[in-house]
Amino acid sequence: MPAFIQMGSEKHFSSLHTTLCATGGGAYKFEQDFLTMGDLQLRKLDELDCLIKGVLYIDSVGFNGHSECYYFEHPTDTERCQKLPFNLENPYPLLLVNIGSGVSILAVYSKENYRWVTGTSLGGGTFFGLCCLLTGCSTFEEAMEMASHGDSTKVDKLVRDIYGGDYERFGLPGWAVASSFGNMMSKEKRESVSKEDLAKATLITITNNIGSIARMCALNENINRVVFVGNFLRINTISMRLLAYALDYWSKGQLKALFLEHEVKFHFTFLLSKLSFPVFLSLCHSCAHL
Amino acid sequence: MHIHLHTDEAGRGAGLAFKMAERGGRGSGGHGSLDKSITLPPDEIFRNLENAKRFAIDIGGSLTKLAYYSTVQHKVARVRSFDHSGKDIENEPLYEISVQEEITARLHFIKFENNYIETCLDFIKDHLVNTETQVIKATGGGAYKFKDLIEKKLGLKVDKEDVMTCLIKGCNFLLRNIPHEVFAYQKDSDTEFRFQTNHPNIFPYLLVNIGSGVSIVKVESEDKFEWIGGSSIGGGTFWGLGALLTKTKKFDELLQLASKGQHTNVDMLVKDVYGGACQTLGLSGNLIASSFGKSTTADKEFSKEDMAKSLLHMISNDIGQLACLYAKLHNLDKIYFGGFFIRGHPVTMRTITFSINFFSKGEVQALFLRHEGYLGAIGAFLKGAEQDNPNQYSWGENYAGSSGLMSTSPDVYPMQRTRSGTFDMFEMDRLERPLVNLPLLKDPSTYIPDTVDLTDDAMARKYWLTCFEEALDGVAKRAAASQPDSVDAPERAEKFRQKYWNKLQTLRQQPFAYGTLTVRSLLDTREHCLNEFNFPDPYSKVKQKENGIALKCFQSVIESLDSLGWEERQFALVKGLLAGNVFDWGAKAVSDVLECEPQFGFEEAKSKLQERPWLEDSYSQWLERLKEGPPHKCALIFADNSGIDIILGVFPFVRELLSRGTEVSVFHCTANI
Repeated sequence: MPAFIQMGSEKHFSSLHTTLCATGGGAYKFEQDFLTMGDLQLRKLDELDCLIKGVLYIDSVGFNGHSECYYFEHPTDTERCQKLPFNLENPYPLLLVNIGSGVSILAVYSKENYRWVTGTSLGGGTFFGLCCLLTGCSTFEEAMEMASHGDSTKVDKLVRDIYGGDYERFGLPGWAVASSFGNMMSKEKRESVSKEDLAKATLITITNNIGSIARMCALNENINRVVFVGNFLRINTISMRLLAYALDYWSKGQLKALFLEHEVKFHFTFLLSKLSFPVFLSLCHSCAHL
Repeated sequence: MHIHLHTDEAGRGAGLAFKMAERGGRGSGGHGSLDKSITLPPDEIFRNLENAKRFAIDIGGSLTKLAYYSTVQHKVARVRSFDHSGKDIENEPLYEISVQEEITARLHFIKFENNYIETCLDFIKDHLVNTETQVIKATGGGAYKFKDLIEKKLGLKVDKEDVMTCLIKGCNFLLRNIPHEVFAYQKDSDTEFRFQTNHPNIFPYLLVNIGSGVSIVKVESEDKFEWIGGSSIGGGTFWGLGALLTKTKKFDELLQLASKGQHTNVDMLVKDVYGGACQTLGLSGNLIASSFGKSTTADKEFSKEDMAKSLLHMISNDIGQLACLYAKLHNLDKIYFGGFFIRGHPVTMRTITFSINFFSKGEVQALFLRHEGYLGAIGAFLKGAEQDNPNQYSWGENYAGSSGLMSTSPDVYPMQRTRSGTFDMFEMDRLERPLVNLPLLKDPSTYIPDTVDLTDDAMARKYWLTCFEEALDGVAKRAAASQPDSVDAPERAEKFRQKYWNKLQTLRQQPFAYGTLTVRSLLDTREHCLNEFNFPDPYSKVKQKENGIALKCFQSVIESLDSLGWEERQFALVKGLLAGNVFDWGAKAVSDVLECEPQFGFEEAKSKLQERPWLEDSYSQWLERLKEGPPHKCALIFADNSGIDIILGVFPFVRELLSRGTEVSVFHCTANI
């Protein structure tokens, strides 16, 4: 971040305009730095506000004529899986799950009426952090690449590993994960899994957990549409499809997982629409590392 | 030192366990030696196997919990009065003590890791001698996976029981039978462990069982319960990920690492993102925004301790959050945590409690169970014992045979720590009579029989633990001396001494190990240890002598009291009660006097009583009441069952009340509790 501000100062950003709209946590954290180093006054806007408005705006504008919002049909079937458009014309109420470094869950009842329901610290940052420690990878892309080639069932203990099949009493199918990383208690198994397997298992664990929490929130709030957004889902079809499947399966088809074409922060898009000069900054967690 | 143990009508003992120790040493050739990493001799873990029946086993993803019911044969001291028509009243003892053999029922529960299953089964098979059992109840996932192995090794047929039913049955049983089973954990108060009194109405509640994975069950009544969800992020995740990240193989070692770590070096906090608290959402800066969210740099790696701590936080918070979501959906405000994940670890309990508080905004209560990991085994056992109707009995925890709640903090007495890592035990004795609340109690659920809580009061705790430690040698000597005809009495007495000593040291470090610590529980623990080594009542001879002396003096005591003026007599009677009571608790000053003077020093003892005002002093009100008011209708006196205190203290007092026309009932203990 200091490098970025320095660059802005060198390029005389401050002479171009006087207000810089900013949102995200970093808008608070780096406010002073911007002022002293870059001579830039930040106009702070509430992150959630921007997020919501951005989502709704993007959808109304559309994406090359197509709907911005979509869902998956047959998410786990590699042959038949397809993205189908979802009409967000009457969007309310909806549950918005923003998966960045951490996860925020918002219940949206109208353009102006929404609230933060809960959050979890097991988010994209956890996936990336754990992956780096377990596999030695250094970028998100690398982690995703590894995960796409791994087999998490070697790492996780499944219901069938314990019960020899389905556990009907609880309605648990044999393929369900009983204990994430549960096979790693054994030394032999630890030595027999690959980095790719570990990366995949990390991805599956974090994704399933987010799905569980999202599902329970949806039930508690009585909302049946859940929109997943955030940096974690960028180039991450595995997670999207898993979320789609899990939500559908465990809710017996009552809940629907929805996604948006552009996984980047919507904050600035909203800002974009409101200002004459399209200068914006989304100072989110990952940017703090710049 | 003169401590009164309750007269045994139903003693407890483990003579068999003692015999087994010998047997194991001699005849161990058959099954081969157990895995070297088992730190305790196996016959100290699988006790009383010879007469074991009714087996049950709960095999989870990583831990096996075995349950069996056995009988324990032990000595009991019985009192028989003589016919005193004989001439030789002066020298004859007033009654006879005879020692008989009796049999008590005891439940044993043992936990060990799945990789020891084969060796443990072999050991059990070798020592199972007198059993007609043909069936073993099995539950948990492993009931499927290990069915053939169990049938082959034990020669018993495996009868599978549904794990959820077993969990709930086990949970209900513990909630009803074991006092101080449930506790809440409060980080910053003087006593972190807040034990709950057993409420008569335990439903509805949410049970979150944390094993390798997490199961969530809603319980509405004895027969109405439902599995409502679960999570795959549980103990297995902590163990597996922990092993991968820190190269530490054992669960307890991971917990130890975690207790030393700083998770803020690994996690990204809200303040790392916002530079402080997030005002708009009302989130404190110290909350975790992203677990493992801090990135490492080339030259700086995360330490094992920090990673372990972060992992523990991550998993505990996640479980707490999910539990809250389920509780909210089903309108429940009590969550009990079962499974062996928690094991009394302060960080885990603190995090879960915080998490539940945070996500439920204080509306839901997180409660822990001392015997959290045994729910399934207890339930499976109960299913098998249904025809015996175990619920008609009362059961009590046997402190000698139970490991107690062990934390894995590095300060724990090393012997206990090693053991708890591999094996853990829990034993329950079946009480001869069912325990019921006194019908006259106004509100049984709030009644607390103990006046001092030693888990709470550190100063009192130190005093009493030291008291019992210092008395121990004397008790051990007395025990050996009480069985002069027995050749191995000194050896057994020494074993008793060691065992009780270890228990006292455990309680010094972990006062909460067996629930709320009280003087009563210290006495009970000592009694269980004595019984284990076949000393049902080491004081029986001494008591007999004491009673004899006291009875002989009774007449003269009464005469001297009668010669006093009315007011003087009332004071003398009350002092007599106090002096007797002071003996009984073993307060050293008074007992010293008694020990030195075989011709009782009761008068001396009375004269050494503290001056008024006493600690609790309502004598003036009592005197006024006697002067002003009518005679009381009735009095209930709870007294000991033998000794100078009852004969020379209580009886004269009772006599006075009777002379005023008050009806008096004297209650005393007959059974060991």
